Amino acid sequence: MKVETKKFLAKTGNEAAAYAMKQINPDVVAAYPITPSSEIVMIFSKYVADGEVDTEFIPVESEHSAISVCIGASASGARVMTATSSQGLALMHEILYIASFLRLPIVMVVGNRALSGPLNIHCDHSDTMGSRDSGWIQMYCENANEVYHTIINAVKISERANLPSMVMMDGFIVTHGMEKVFVLEDEDVRNFIGKRKPLYSLLDVEKPITLGSLTLFDYYFEHKRNQLEGVLKSKKIIDEVFEEYSNRFGINIPSFVEEYNMEGAEVVVIVMSSAAGTFKEAVDILKDKGEKVGVLRLKIMRPFPYEILREKLSNVKVVGVMDRAETFSSMGGPLSIEVKAALYPLSKRPLVQNFIFGLGGREFGIEDAINVFEILKGIKKRNAVSEEFIYIGLRE
Amino acid sequence: MKRIISLKELAERTAGLASGHRACAGCSFPSIIRMVLGSSDYPVVVSNATGCLEVVSTIYPYSSWPCSWIHVAFENAAAVISGVESAYKALKRRGEIPQDKKIVFIAIGGDGGTYDIGLQALSGALERGHDFLYLLYDNQAYMNTGIQRSSATPFGASTTTSPAGKYLFGKVQDRKEIIEIVAAHRIPYVAQASISHWGDLIKKLRKAYEIEGPKFLSVIAPCVIGWGYKESETVEIARLAVETCFWPLYEIEKGVYRVNYKPKEKLPVKAWLLKQERFSHLNGREDLIEEIQKRVDEKWEKLLRLDGLKVF
Repeated sequence: MKVETKKFLAKTGNEAAAYAMKQINPDVVAAYPITPSSEIVMIFSKYVADGEVDTEFIPVESEHSAISVCIGASASGARVMTATSSQGLALMHEILYIASFLRLPIVMVVGNRALSGPLNIHCDHSDTMGSRDSGWIQMYCENANEVYHTIINAVKISERANLPSMVMMDGFIVTHGMEKVFVLEDEDVRNFIGKRKPLYSLLDVEKPITLGSLTLFDYYFEHKRNQLEGVLKSKKIIDEVFEEYSNRFGINIPSFVEEYNMEGAEVVVIVMSSAAGTFKEAVDILKDKGEKVGVLRLKIMRPFPYEILREKLSNVKVVGVMDRAETFSSMGGPLSIEVKAALYPLSKRPLVQNFIFGLGGREFGIEDAINVFEILKGIKKRNAVSEEFIYIGLRE
Repeated sequence: MKRIISLKELAERTAGLASGHRACAGCSFPSIIRMVLGSSDYPVVVSNATGCLEVVSTIYPYSSWPCSWIHVAFENAAAVISGVESAYKALKRRGEIPQDKKIVFIAIGGDGGTYDIGLQALSGALERGHDFLYLLYDNQAYMNTGIQRSSATPFGASTTTSPAGKYLFGKVQDRKEIIEIVAAHRIPYVAQASISHWGDLIKKLRKAYEIEGPKFLSVIAPCVIGWGYKESETVEIARLAVETCFWPLYEIEKGVYRVNYKPKEKLPVKAWLLKQERFSHLNGREDLIEEIQKRVDEKWEKLLRLDGLKVF
């Protein structure tokens, strides 16, 4: 059944997320407000107050309890969602790993915000990069429209893969920026996601289960390998769900990556989230001048689509990797390190230059994007990368 | 109010921890859990904080639990049970669970997971009014990690992080009054009990299972290793704590204090203290024993003044 998605609304990223949650009508939502994603919970609680959803809404006393409530509810067979940012995600850190190990399909919306210190409320990716190894699926959206659709897909992906998902958007830039959001009818959303069929439930009291046992050196290793198996299998599920959605609703929502002017491109920038839009603009300007430049937007950081990167980048001469987080490795940002690792086995591989940008909400404009392409063109000409990483937009 | 069950009937219920768990010989919590599970006429779901009980009862691939049970972390047992109870409400509302299906939700934590690291999650769950029982087994130190002091460790007790030495006499601070903290949330039922007075414990449990909203039950949990006494003396140690009024049996039901047991002859606290290795350094320190006696007396007298009063 194909439905054409023509209806659109003007919504900020937070509003789009809350609207998707309303249509999903989860069994339980537990959340603690934090800038810049507070609005998601505020709008959702109004839906609860107005009876537009019949979700059990739990306004907890901390993010640590938000994710703990989510685990308890999800392990009881409920469809569960939450939202947070930055310090809130950091406070959840301990519990994130337990949610993924218990294979609970919790969906969390994250408005990306810089981690303290110093205290800052604006966008960068240090918060979710800090939890990229927690066993959650991580999807970074470019704009409010993509946030809306990705949340709906995330519910189905998580429940099919039995893995929790984070759906990201850039704090303030997307959370508070109003855009055109194509929306589905409530019924279409509910038909698409269907009913949750849990693997197990604590409430199935006739079949009692023990969850979260102490597991020592004799089984822990096997459990982690099994968990990895679930992550490996999720790649196919992610592609299938996004494809099914795009076909059914006549709207193209990318899964792992989005290509922009990649055909014949010699210089390519890999970028996540809203800055991809800036780079696409820069590409439009440069391609009119006859330059062979493209953008590969990485949407899904976990599981990492290394196969796609190898395929798409093997014939590219220079790759610029944009990191919106400083993780103090001393060899550049986390995305660049993983891109380099992904490309290393190729016999013919591009030169890779890392850029760090936009920390703590520092502006990143089209002129900055063009500057990045200029630097990459220089690398192509010299056929050598001179610096391990380059800070863009930093005041010296 | 549910009828009272007999000890014989309780013994016949096979609701306790299955044998084979790794609790130390003489540990008190297997008896507590047997009464907690055996007293319920309804199916039970347990959320267990990290600690001795969790560690000894679920070493993978084994489990001693006859009911649905979940452990997530140390500080969040109350938050996890909030989630379970919320799912139950949501699924019941949506017709996924039959309307007449009653399930009892219990969060269990030791003193570390309750007085200290889990206090915030506990407070949040009490304030939100979830329908659950929080069961505290109070062994008065971090026994699982090697007998380190907690805010439940009594004044004068020697632990591995408040050791008695040449200069210090063990823990210099008093215990936190967890019952008062919990009661300040004005929840419908707060109580303190002991396995030595099993009839009182069962009565409190069965009462709690019939009350809607948050309930809190604090049970003294003597620890052979951490307190230092013979394995066979666990119940006796618990009994002496009650008879000396160090551990009064009382409840606060809908704001009304009720002292459930007044010893005919209140024993001196020394009789309880000096049976335990953790207080053995106090032998001969009459000044400190007197100080402890003074504190016990003050708390007991305050409790007697509150007996029968409605405080909220």
